[in-house]
Amino acid sequence: MAKLTIDGIEVEVPNGSALIQACEAAGREIPRFCYHDRLSIAGNCRMCLVEVEKAPKPVASCAYPVADGMVVKTDSPMVRQARRGVMEFLLINHPLDCPICDQGGECDLQDQAFSYGRDHSRYLENKRAVKDKYLGPLVKTVMTRCIQCTRCIRFSAEIAGVPELGATARGEDMEVTTYVERALTSELSGNLIDICPVGALTSKPYAFVSRPWELKKTDSVDVLDALGTAIRIDARGAEVLRILPRVNDDINEEWLGDKSRFSLDGLKRRRLDRPWVRRDGKLRPASWTEAFTAIAERLRPGGRALPGERIGAIAGDLCDAESMVALRDLMTALGSANLDCRQDGARLDASRRDFYLFNSSIAGIDEADALLIVGANPRHEAPVLNARIRKRWMQGACAVGMIGPEAALTYPVHWLGDTPVALSGLQERVTREPAESATVDFATALRQAKRPMILVGQGALARPDGAAVLAACWRLAGAVGALTADWHGFNVLHTAAARVGALDLGFLPGPQGRDMEGMLGGGVDVLWLLGADEFDTSRIGPDTFVIYQGHHGDRGAARADVILPGAAYTEKNGTYVNTEGRVQRGFVAVLPPGEAREDWRILRAVSEVIGHRLPYDDLDGVRRRLVEVNPVFERGRRYARLACTDPGGPAGDPAAVAADAFRPAVPVYYLGNPISRASPTMQECVRVLTRGEAPALEAAE
Amino acid sequence: MLQDRDRIFTNLYGQHDWALDGARRRGDWDGTGAILARGREALVDEMKASGLRGRGGAGFPTGMKWSFMPKQSDGRPHYLVINADESEPGTCKDRDIMRHDPHKLIEGALVASFAMGAHASYIYIRGEFYNEARNLQAAIDQAYAAGLIGRNACGSGFDFDLYLHRGAGAYICGEETALLESLEGKKGQPRLKPPFPAAVGLYGCPTTVNNVESIAVAPTIMRRGASWFSALGRPKNTGTKLFCISGHVNKPCNVEEELGIPLRELIETYAGGVRGGWDNLLAIIPGGSSVPLLPKEICDTVLMDFDSLRDVKSGLGTAAVIVMDKSTDVIKAIWRLAKFYKHESCGQCTPCREGTGWMMRVLARMVEGRAELEEIDILEQVTRQVEGHTICALGDAAAWPIQGLIRHCRPAIEQRIAEYKRSAKPSRGPAMPLAAE
Amino acid sequence: MSEPIDPGAPRPGASPPSPSPSSKVQAESIGDGSTGQEHPQPTEFAFDAESEAEIGKLIAKYPPGRHASAVLPMLYLVQRQMGRQTGSAWVPRVAMDAVAARLGMPPIRVYEVATFYAMFNTTPIGRYHLQLCTTTPCWLRGSDDVVAACRQATGIRGWHETSADGMFTMTEVECLGACVNAPILQVDDDFYEDMDFDRTLALLDALRRGERPKPGPMIDRITSAPVGGPTTLTELGDLGAGQPTASPAEIRE
Repeated sequence: MAKLTIDGIEVEVPNGSALIQACEAAGREIPRFCYHDRLSIAGNCRMCLVEVEKAPKPVASCAYPVADGMVVKTDSPMVRQARRGVMEFLLINHPLDCPICDQGGECDLQDQAFSYGRDHSRYLENKRAVKDKYLGPLVKTVMTRCIQCTRCIRFSAEIAGVPELGATARGEDMEVTTYVERALTSELSGNLIDICPVGALTSKPYAFVSRPWELKKTDSVDVLDALGTAIRIDARGAEVLRILPRVNDDINEEWLGDKSRFSLDGLKRRRLDRPWVRRDGKLRPASWTEAFTAIAERLRPGGRALPGERIGAIAGDLCDAESMVALRDLMTALGSANLDCRQDGARLDASRRDFYLFNSSIAGIDEADALLIVGANPRHEAPVLNARIRKRWMQGACAVGMIGPEAALTYPVHWLGDTPVALSGLQERVTREPAESATVDFATALRQAKRPMILVGQGALARPDGAAVLAACWRLAGAVGALTADWHGFNVLHTAAARVGALDLGFLPGPQGRDMEGMLGGGVDVLWLLGADEFDTSRIGPDTFVIYQGHHGDRGAARADVILPGAAYTEKNGTYVNTEGRVQRGFVAVLPPGEAREDWRILRAVSEVIGHRLPYDDLDGVRRRLVEVNPVFERGRRYARLACTDPGGPAGDPAAVAADAFRPAVPVYYLGNPISRASPTMQECVRVLTRGEAPALEAAE
Repeated sequence: MLQDRDRIFTNLYGQHDWALDGARRRGDWDGTGAILARGREALVDEMKASGLRGRGGAGFPTGMKWSFMPKQSDGRPHYLVINADESEPGTCKDRDIMRHDPHKLIEGALVASFAMGAHASYIYIRGEFYNEARNLQAAIDQAYAAGLIGRNACGSGFDFDLYLHRGAGAYICGEETALLESLEGKKGQPRLKPPFPAAVGLYGCPTTVNNVESIAVAPTIMRRGASWFSALGRPKNTGTKLFCISGHVNKPCNVEEELGIPLRELIETYAGGVRGGWDNLLAIIPGGSSVPLLPKEICDTVLMDFDSLRDVKSGLGTAAVIVMDKSTDVIKAIWRLAKFYKHESCGQCTPCREGTGWMMRVLARMVEGRAELEEIDILEQVTRQVEGHTICALGDAAAWPIQGLIRHCRPAIEQRIAEYKRSAKPSRGPAMPLAAE
Repeated sequence: MSEPIDPGAPRPGASPPSPSPSSKVQAESIGDGSTGQEHPQPTEFAFDAESEAEIGKLIAKYPPGRHASAVLPMLYLVQRQMGRQTGSAWVPRVAMDAVAARLGMPPIRVYEVATFYAMFNTTPIGRYHLQLCTTTPCWLRGSDDVVAACRQATGIRGWHETSADGMFTMTEVECLGACVNAPILQVDDDFYEDMDFDRTLALLDALRRGERPKPGPMIDRITSAPVGGPTTLTELGDLGAGQPTASPAEIRE
């Protein structure tokens, strides 16, 4: 630890800290543009200058290491003068276009100009104009505003691992650019908008939409992948205008995937805003009462209750735990054990929680020293988690192996094959005595690792031999010492935000219950789809009566006989459990459109009409019920990662794996859920980035 | 006056064979193995005792720089990197060493590398010196073939590899950390310091960067002794130095002389005097473009060494003497330097990127007189806002010539502005675009 | 003859600073830096046999895993090959990609380097590259006359423009480091020193005829020694004996 005196305040900070961190520890705010605590240090903006005793000139505090006994002034005349000078330089070529700049109101340069700017310009020459660059459908550029802090370049190269941005030429001609006009191919490109301290990189879909002070900000949780990324929903009136990441070091640090950030225009399109009932083969608008009556009639054909085994329910990927527990209770009341939450047919074993969780925890990736990825493409399935793996890889001494379709993951991997056979081969190699070999192969790295991680994706499990693959992965984890009391290195990476919650609630076939396969093809007479859109609905039996409860007119609704309009995740208070088993809550940012309602309330209302009244009338009641079903939902319970206390593995015969190649669980990153499919922005991303077509012409501004 | 027998660069003008045979006749490679046999410590001590100050511009004691290198390797290799990116306007001394006396540099590279435990050395030569690089590479090949460098260099048991690396047109690569970046295959943008190259340099390894001239004089210092070298020149400004005399003199030339020679004597003895006589002198930039100019009154008496020139608020720099006679538009001369710095700014840090263009443009108007008197002070303030606030010294180098201009030639600027105002027709509008008149 | 003084217009095509506030923003940034897309670019590039023979040697200069160090030499190789193949020594974007692939670098890092260093031409140039130093030491000795002579002889008006016949490209360069022989006109790799208006015209004439005059001082002078002969190094006896070696090529043999 180093002891420093900063403006007369004594602070102690770890050796190796930057001076700017010591200043922050002393509660002194240091203006900065290029410095970002998650990026490498550039030291180029020169705004964070401070005075260090005995130093002849001001030093850049972001780039200066602390030393014991240092005496620092952060607000001396020398410091103020230096910063004013730097600010003047930053502004001479910065346009005076704040009134039409989307960064206005949340611009670091604007804010600092209040403290260090002059009231007039002494620069009488022509200002520099820089040509705008095309960076794809998501990031808009106004490059004349760029202050060359290089945060975006460092983010692309270091965090995203897709080094496409650079600074060409030099001196005052230096420009941030891709050089070749081409869309950025990172799934994390939206974060460039957040880290840009000025209005050079702004959100293209959000251009000229709103001002920050007009927005109501609601903290929530993202549901478009299974990470549970902390987000802030910015809304004006009934409209969600913006979704931004919040800082959560345990999950997303401060990043957010592009799908999660930019799908929001899908929240306004193809919405189910009133009940519908199919009559004479056609869906017709209906009232809630009509819809409920239609359901009640179908459940009691001819006045006699349909047997429970003829009724089933499938929960979708975006569902909150509240609606799922309500639907489960309703099914139980109807005598049905036909429940399933695995639309993709993943052969998950829910008998023990650590069989289906990301047990090492997301933050635990930082501790791993070898990682095997099986049947997953984390870059597409959870880009923020992928960035965390990359961060770990960048620190060195962490080999990454991969079994599955070859993919560019932003870090080099030892590719071991694309079938489960490679898994068996690896098992053999890690258990065999180490051969005398000069080259350290991945098997050796995995065996020697102190904190090995096995990451199993849904692509490895959603296949007929999924249970065998799961068991084989567990067995391998045991063989490399990943299943211990202080390190649980067996990890399932989910792609659906609802999945872990559903598994925790037992939204699975009960005794003698049918699973999804059993319910399709006429296995049930009434099928309740709770936001279930990610399967081939043509496989539902032609005579099955389908109730679709959800928010988008997508695949499920198209097949439905009755549609009950529900709320999207931005419109309800909901509980979600992320892939690592962390229970989190999202909050209402806007009201659901039209007659749509919060989902658990719809179920509560139906239950009354069909004579099986659910025993809760308010959210607290539902949540008490969640805790009853599984104590993990207890309020105030702190997340703790699991230890492996029982090495006994999941059901399935590790030897029974097939030889078929693994297939990606998320074939197209920008789609995969009804909200993103309804989003024009995501469709444009698919066109430009997935299919490589020419970008749509942009409207003249 | 320095005697020829005390001159180190005896083939400065390339009249004689620059290759190995000629070099040997001039005494190069004489007993190099025995020099190395003295051991690392002894060589560093000898260099310290010689008082040699770095010949690249900053004048940091070379022996002390050598001593900063770790005594023991921690497993990382050590590197000597030789700065041959000679680009400071007015300076053309290293060019002569490399094309006419390359073996002095190669032998120096071996001696210096040995003294610092570096088994590999890179010479970073500016890209424009294409023909010079060819000579130097040929000399390196000769030295390898003769067993002077390479495995068991000069029979010393010390393995030493020397590589030539060409730059590609960037003055900033003369800054030592920018040079290292460039050598690593990146843009030549200076690094943040600390860490300094002796701790983290080329490829993250301990590295010393020395100027060509500093390295090329090392073998002669080792052979003739520190006491010989330090007896030349003045205290703390010892030895001989290559001077480049350009501009308005009758016979521009390079010459090796003792440090501390009076500026006037230097010019009149070797460069045929100022064009039109000493009284026709307007000002001299005594150490390359980065140092402030000196008006005639100071030139009359000033001595050419680090400390004497520092005392008159200028500097020895690279000892490149740029002479301007009374016909010179001194504002334009300094504007052209401002344009140079604006062109050569790497663009990395704010004050230099933005300030160099600003200063150049204001000076451009002052060349015409199209400015207000207050702008002289504003310009001066802008130079102060750049100076001392940048990552590397290019910001300072850009500011100082302008400060020198304002300090010594303010009346000339004021007069230019006044003339412009007198001659300006009303239709030309106000001098300052936004100033109300 | 000298160039009209217009220090306020530092870039080709930019109008001089105007007092009118309405023209405060103008496209001053159009340089050779980021305009890689604004002229025809070849669609493919492959190293020829001559270049291939060099690549291994270039990379061998640097430690294992430090191949990126070879990026400057590789770009030179490209420029030289283009000169050989097309008569215009420049570095097209596809060639930068080829360099990136060969050195295992992200292409953007090569784009950065190629546009940062002044000696890489990211746009095509003429057969002879006239690089005129106009920095203060050359300017003091009459570089304006050299510029004027080049303009007169080639008809080129701006900087980094190519003559109509494709023979010459004129580029303003900063100090070339031969200041005691100012002014300097660098033609491709060679320095022509102690130039003036007439000597420049004569040189360009010779180039047009396909001749390559010997580089160095264009007046009666030994390299950087004063006119009239050295005044030092005259008393060395046999220390200085021997004749100048002709060329590096002879030494290599």
